[in-house]
Amino acid sequence: MSVTLTVNGSLLTLEAPPAARLLDVLRERLGLTGTKEGCGEGECGACTVLVDGVPVNSCLVALGQCAGREVTTVEGLGDAQHLTPLQEAMVTEGGAQCGICTPGMLLSAEALLREKPAPTDGEIREAIAGNVCRCTGYQRIVNAITEGARRREVRP
Amino acid sequence: MAPSVGKSVPRVDGPAKVAGSARYVDDLVLPGMLHGATVRSDVARGRLLGVDLDPAFDWSGITVVTADDVPVNAVPIIETDQPVLAKDEIRHAYEPVALLACEDRLRLEKALRHVTLRVEPLPPVLTIDDALAAREVIRPPDNVFKRYLMTKGRGGAAVDGCEVVVRGVYESGAQEHVYIEPNGMIAFWDDDGAHVEGSLQCPYYVQKGVKGVFGLPDDGVDVTQAVTGGGFGGKEEYPTLLALHALLLAKKSGRPVKLIYGRQEDVEASTKRHPSRVEIASGCDRDGTLRSVSIRVLFDGGAYVTLTPVVLSRGALHACGAYRWEDVTVEAIAVATNTPPNGAFRGFGAPQTVWAIERHMDRVARTLGIDPMELRRKNLLRLGDTTATGQTLKESVGVQECVEKAMAASGFTQKRARGPVVTGRVARGIGASVFLHGAGFTGSGEKYLKGRVAVDLLPGSRARVRTASTDIGQGTETVFRQIAADALGVAVDAVDFAVPSTRHVPDSGPTVASRTVMVVGSIVEKAASALRVRVGEEATVSGVSREAAWDRLAADPGRATALVQYEPPPGVVWDDATYSGDAYPAYGWACDVAEVEVDLDTFETKVTGFWAAVDVGRVVNPILCAGQVEGGTLQAIGWALTEKLVTRDGKILNPRMTNYIVPTSLDAPPFTTILVEAPYSRGPGGAKGVGELPMDGGAPAVAAAIEHATGLVLDRVPLLPEDLFEASLKGDAR
Repeated sequence: MSVTLTVNGSLLTLEAPPAARLLDVLRERLGLTGTKEGCGEGECGACTVLVDGVPVNSCLVALGQCAGREVTTVEGLGDAQHLTPLQEAMVTEGGAQCGICTPGMLLSAEALLREKPAPTDGEIREAIAGNVCRCTGYQRIVNAITEGARRREVRP
Repeated sequence: MAPSVGKSVPRVDGPAKVAGSARYVDDLVLPGMLHGATVRSDVARGRLLGVDLDPAFDWSGITVVTADDVPVNAVPIIETDQPVLAKDEIRHAYEPVALLACEDRLRLEKALRHVTLRVEPLPPVLTIDDALAAREVIRPPDNVFKRYLMTKGRGGAAVDGCEVVVRGVYESGAQEHVYIEPNGMIAFWDDDGAHVEGSLQCPYYVQKGVKGVFGLPDDGVDVTQAVTGGGFGGKEEYPTLLALHALLLAKKSGRPVKLIYGRQEDVEASTKRHPSRVEIASGCDRDGTLRSVSIRVLFDGGAYVTLTPVVLSRGALHACGAYRWEDVTVEAIAVATNTPPNGAFRGFGAPQTVWAIERHMDRVARTLGIDPMELRRKNLLRLGDTTATGQTLKESVGVQECVEKAMAASGFTQKRARGPVVTGRVARGIGASVFLHGAGFTGSGEKYLKGRVAVDLLPGSRARVRTASTDIGQGTETVFRQIAADALGVAVDAVDFAVPSTRHVPDSGPTVASRTVMVVGSIVEKAASALRVRVGEEATVSGVSREAAWDRLAADPGRATALVQYEPPPGVVWDDATYSGDAYPAYGWACDVAEVEVDLDTFETKVTGFWAAVDVGRVVNPILCAGQVEGGTLQAIGWALTEKLVTRDGKILNPRMTNYIVPTSLDAPPFTTILVEAPYSRGPGGAKGVGELPMDGGAPAVAAAIEHATGLVLDRVPLLPEDLFEASLKGDAR
């Protein structure tokens, strides 16, 4: 069947089984490989994307559920030459090490900052609790999101 | 040019990672590519009688590989006991037996269900005690993979003559790495030979495996590291097996093959941290002066040797902790069991023995009735002291400063003195650990390895570093650029980092053992310095500018490159026969302080604060360095509190992230990281190693804090709520 949805601002109509995982459609049909698979059962958060601004595990979402909705992946933030303040802070504050959890982490943080432009450490930890990072110990991710929020205020 | 070493240069691979454009192995697609999958046994031990393909299933378009397709069926690591695919014998419950490949992943999954293994089960050996009892012999003659004996002075027998003798037994469980990117490899063959690219730490280990199994020359194998989503030792020796499997499928099908593990398969089949039991008897004076120690270290090696002898060695060499002892015996034994092979994991044997000796120090302090940190401070190794292997510490011992700074920053003395603070049902306590970690390979390792590094001059006053050292998240790409840039006198962004590929980079050795910065970095520094001199000489001789001289050399293939081999520092002497001498060229030192809250009704533990003061020599990049300390520490906290691998009959009952629990952002404490810099003269700019050190001290600090809060004496990790509850029932309280 065909499903019409918006991905990173582009309106698309895709022919695909409605039960196809959003994760596979993004990675294999659309070539948006920034969204990563770490566990395939909604535990690690590496495949987090935004659907209508809300973070979801794209391994648990069927394409059919996204009809008429707006999906944002890491490719919808900034590219490597045009990073958003949040992405930039993730680099300078040491919030990314191996980088595999980073796209999902950024989308959870992006959703948080759209709701709360100046979150507390506790709010940040709560917002990224579904995104497992095995490298950093999280301290520098929290620092990066705090710094990203500050830089957004200056340069949204 | 202002030096970059010491500055938090942002990681160079950062922009691609935060933009989602960095290419990990699962992001790569080759034309005509098939997907691969592995058929595994499901009993822990047995005789393999046959592999049956369901004749009713449509096998067209599916490639099937069994042991009969493997040219030399032995994975060359330290020994060659592990088959690439099992032929006659099943030695653990996830033993690879056959491989399938198919273009369509759904058909591939179906096909997996139509392969039947005929196995005659045999009684498995599942624990260290089973192995030592040797009722079933799975590794002749006595189920022992490796044994070491170290002695100093009069040996451990001197313990009995001491004023105060304290005995304890300390245990630890297996730990899974849970890198967020599971193992994966992509492979193909062409006229040049075998090509593999994937998630890996050690390209030359994979090359050695492929050469051995397929009988290929060095230049017939090309191994390239893809961007790698975490390793922690889990991608040290294990990826060789994936590379071999993908290449076997690619060879038989004539197509490229991608082999990506799902999370469950990765947890089940890949290596783990060695479960351990450490028995310690120590003797000291009544005033707390340590005299003698006798230690027996037991590690469960799993089904195959893999790297177990070296892991056991590091465990033995760290067993006496950061303390002075006159008389020492350490006996270390690793046994074979019918569990998936245990292997490299950050810390490499040291976390188990540091856990034991640090818990033992707390026990000694309790026995003597003195403060545990006072006991430690009294006995800490100092410059000029000799370690348990008889090594005299000649420089770079920052441990005293680490202890002072961690205690001051955490308010340890005051918090400890006031005792546990109980508010309602929550008890708060504080605990600490002190530890060391040898940087670089043990003993003569670096001498035999002869790591080599190349630095090339490129036009336009640019340069390129070529090493086999992989960036798996630690920041190698960035710190090597910093080291080379400073040595060459150029900016960091004038230095490139070659993708580690065995066709293009020399063998600088594996990315392991906290050796990348200290050992390989020192060769990078030497090669870059040689080029700086070469440029200067060319400018003088030819009477041209530095820039012109640089371009001339860059254009001359005979002079553009400096290829430098590691020279072990003079005076570092190690005797493998007696296991004595300079075990490591230098040590990192650290003091960890953990503060916890324990719910006295549910026995849940939350780490509410963590202070780590670490001496890793000169810090090349403070943000990346602190990131290593904090990330390693959280892995240690996970090992201490939640990461329990539950097994039955040799099978893992919780092989998923749903039930094998690694810490989230809400489980992690705020970290205060203090970098103490006691420079090491042979490290680049004075740097030592940092990667593994932080894995060693977290668990004993957390256990000490729980003990302070609750009075429960805990000698085994992990410490789940049910473990604390059971300890409370047994009346293990002081």
